[in-house]
Amino acid sequence: MAHHKILTENVHYADQHEIGRYEERGGYQAIRRILNSDPLSIMEEVKTSGLRGRGGAGFPTGMKWSFVPRNTGKPIYLLCNADESEPGTFKDRLLLERDSHLLLEGMMIAAYALGSHWTAIYIRGEYAHPAACLAKAINEAYQRGYLGQGIFGSDYGLDIVLHRGAGAYICGEETGLIESLEGYRGQPRLKPPFPAVVGLYDCPTVVNNVETLAALPWIIKNGAAAYAQIGTEKSKGTKLMSVSGHVKNPGVYEIDLGYPLLDFINNECGGVREGHSLKAVIAGGSSVPVLRADELAGVLLDYESLKTAGTMLGSGGMIVLDDSTDMVEVVANLQHFYSHESCGQCTPCREGGHWVEKVVKRIYEGQGFPTDLMLLDSVCSQIAGHTICPFGDALVTPVLSFIKKFRNEFDEKIMAALDRHLV
Amino acid sequence: MSLENLKAAEDKLAQIVKRYPNKRSALMPALYLGQEAVGYVSAEVISWVATKIGVSSAEVKEVATFYTMYQQKPVGKYHLQVCRTLSCHLAGAKPLVNFLKEKLAVDAHQVTADGLFSYEEVECLGSCGTGPVVQINDVYFERMDSEKLASLLERIKTELPDLRYSTLKDELGVGLADMPRSQLVNLKEGKHGAS
Ligand SMILES: Cc1cc2nc3c(=O)[nH]c(=O)nc-3n(C[C@H](O)[C@H](O)[C@H](O)COP(=O)(O)O)c2cc1C
Ligand code: SF4
Ligand code: FES
Repeated sequence: MAHHKILTENVHYADQHEIGRYEERGGYQAIRRILNSDPLSIMEEVKTSGLRGRGGAGFPTGMKWSFVPRNTGKPIYLLCNADESEPGTFKDRLLLERDSHLLLEGMMIAAYALGSHWTAIYIRGEYAHPAACLAKAINEAYQRGYLGQGIFGSDYGLDIVLHRGAGAYICGEETGLIESLEGYRGQPRLKPPFPAVVGLYDCPTVVNNVETLAALPWIIKNGAAAYAQIGTEKSKGTKLMSVSGHVKNPGVYEIDLGYPLLDFINNECGGVREGHSLKAVIAGGSSVPVLRADELAGVLLDYESLKTAGTMLGSGGMIVLDDSTDMVEVVANLQHFYSHESCGQCTPCREGGHWVEKVVKRIYEGQGFPTDLMLLDSVCSQIAGHTICPFGDALVTPVLSFIKKFRNEFDEKIMAALDRHLV
Repeated sequence: MSLENLKAAEDKLAQIVKRYPNKRSALMPALYLGQEAVGYVSAEVISWVATKIGVSSAEVKEVATFYTMYQQKPVGKYHLQVCRTLSCHLAGAKPLVNFLKEKLAVDAHQVTADGLFSYEEVECLGSCGTGPVVQINDVYFERMDSEKLASLLERIKTELPDLRYSTLKDELGVGLADMPRSQLVNLKEGKHGAS
C-alpha cells in the first residue's frame, strides 16, 4: 500500500535542514499564504482537517485551540512538546534532526492561529544533536526575518525559544512541562484548570506535540479536505510509527491511519527475526496495554480500532516481541523505568511504584510468592485513578496487562520458586 | 579556575535571561552553564545560579536534584550513559554495562583513577530502533556492542578528546549541527519512512 508522505517527504535529503533547501522544496509557503487571513479561519481549517494530537492522547487539535480564551488581556503561549521520552518512541527526533524548519513553520502557523507571539520548544535534555539542529534552524529563520518582529514583512511578531530539559520523563506531561519551563521541578499540576486557560505564567497556553505541529504546513498547503481524505472516518491523516524490538527493520515509518497492524509489521518492518514467530506487540509506547499475537488479526493502526482491541495508539512507539521473550523480564524492565520516573508528588505513585517494581523483580528472580499476583493487583488498584497526573495509570499498565495476557509465565516462575521455598 | 569559568558564563546567561518573559525560566539554562563551567553542579554553581536568578540556594538545589542530567558530583571526562530500557535491553544493553564495569573496574557513578571515565545506566534515550545506545557526554553512539565500545574507549582519547556537541558553548550549539552524529563509529542509518 502506498502511504502519503506528509511529514517525511523530505527527511531523506541530507541538506533539508538548510533553510534554502527547505524553501526550494516548498517550505515557508504555507505560513506566507496565511499571514493576511483571519486567525480564526486557520483554526477552523485545522478543525476541519480532523488532525488529532500525536503526543499520545489523540485529542482533536483544532478543538484544543478553541478552548483558549482570546480576550483576557494576557499573552497566549504556544509550547511545542519535544520531550519524547516514552519508551519505544523516537519519531519526533527524526523530524527535529532532519526537517527542523518543517516544525518551525508548523509552529508559526499554530502561533498565528492562536494569536501567540512568544513560543517555546521544550526539548528533552539528552537530545543534544536535535537541539543543535533546531538552534541552527531558528537562527537562520531570525536572520531571514522569518522570526522576530514582523515576520515575512507582515506586522505579526513571533519568537521561538529553544528550551532544554534535563532528564525527567514526567516533563513530557504538559503541566509538568510548564512547571519545568517556569524554572521549577517538573511536577504536574492538578487539572482543571487546564493549560488552555491557566498555563505558562498562569496565561492561556497550548501544548502540542512535534508531529502534530509538523502536519500543519501540509494541511494549509493542500487544504483540510485533502488531509481529511486520508485515514479513517475518525482517525484522519498519517501517523509516524517508531518501531523497535524484534523486527528485521526497526525505524520510523509514516503510515496512513487505518493501516492493518499485521501488514505493517510484516510488509513494512520486514516481519520478526528469522526463525522466530511473533509473540506480542506493545502498539503505542510502553504505557499502553500489550496485545498477544493471536489478538492482532483485523486490528488497524488507528485510534478507534486499537481502542476496540483494548489498547491505544499512544505515541506510535511500537515495541515488537518475538517468541524468545520472557514476559516477566519485560515487565521487570519496564517497572524499573516507571518507579524511577515518578515525580514523587503523589504517595500512591511514589511508594506504589517501588512496591510494584520490587515484587515483579522478585518474581523474575525466582523469589516470588503465590500471593504476589494478588498483592500486585491490590497495590495497582490503589495507584490507578488516585494520582494527580495520568502517570499513575501508565505505571500500572505494563504489569496489569502483561499479567492478564501472559499469566502462565508469572505463575510458572512463582511455582518454581515455591518448589524452592519448600526444599 | 572554575570561578573564572563562571564569570565567563555571565554574559551568556544575561543573553539567555532576555529570551524569557520571566527570569526564573532561565534557571535550568543557568544550571547547564554552571555545570559546563565547573564540570558538575557544585555548591559554588548552586549559589552562582541563585544569585543570578534571584532565588535562594535551597530553591536552586531543589530543582537541580530533580533532573538527572545535573550531576551532583564530578563525573569522568568521558561520562558514558547506557540505556537500560526495554528496546535497548532486548538488543543487548546489559552486556555493555557488564563490560564497562569490568573494563573500567569501577562501579556506576564512580570515576576511574585517571579521571577519564565514569558510567551509569539511564532510561530510554529516544533511540530505541538503533539500540543498544550509549551516550558519551552528549553524543549518541548507536547499535553498540562490547567490541565497538572497547575500540571507542581507546580511540576517543586521541581522535575526539573533546567529545561534546558543546551545545552551551555558543548559542545552544549553533555551528555544530553539521557534525555527524557519530564520528567514530560508522553507523548504518535507520530506515526512514515507509516506501
Ligand atoms: C506521563 C506522560 C508523559 C508524556 N510525555 C509526552 C511526550 O514526551 N511528548 C508529547 O508530545 N506528549 C507527551 N505527553 C502528552 C502531553 O501531556 C500532551 O498531551 C501533549 O503534548 C499534547 O500535544 P498533542 O495534543 O499535540 O498530542 C505525556 C503525557 C503523560 C501523562
Ligand atoms: S502520578 Fe506520579 S508522576 Fe504524576 S504527579 Fe503523581 S507522583 Fe507525579
Ligand atoms: S529503549 Fe533505549 S533508547 Fe529507547
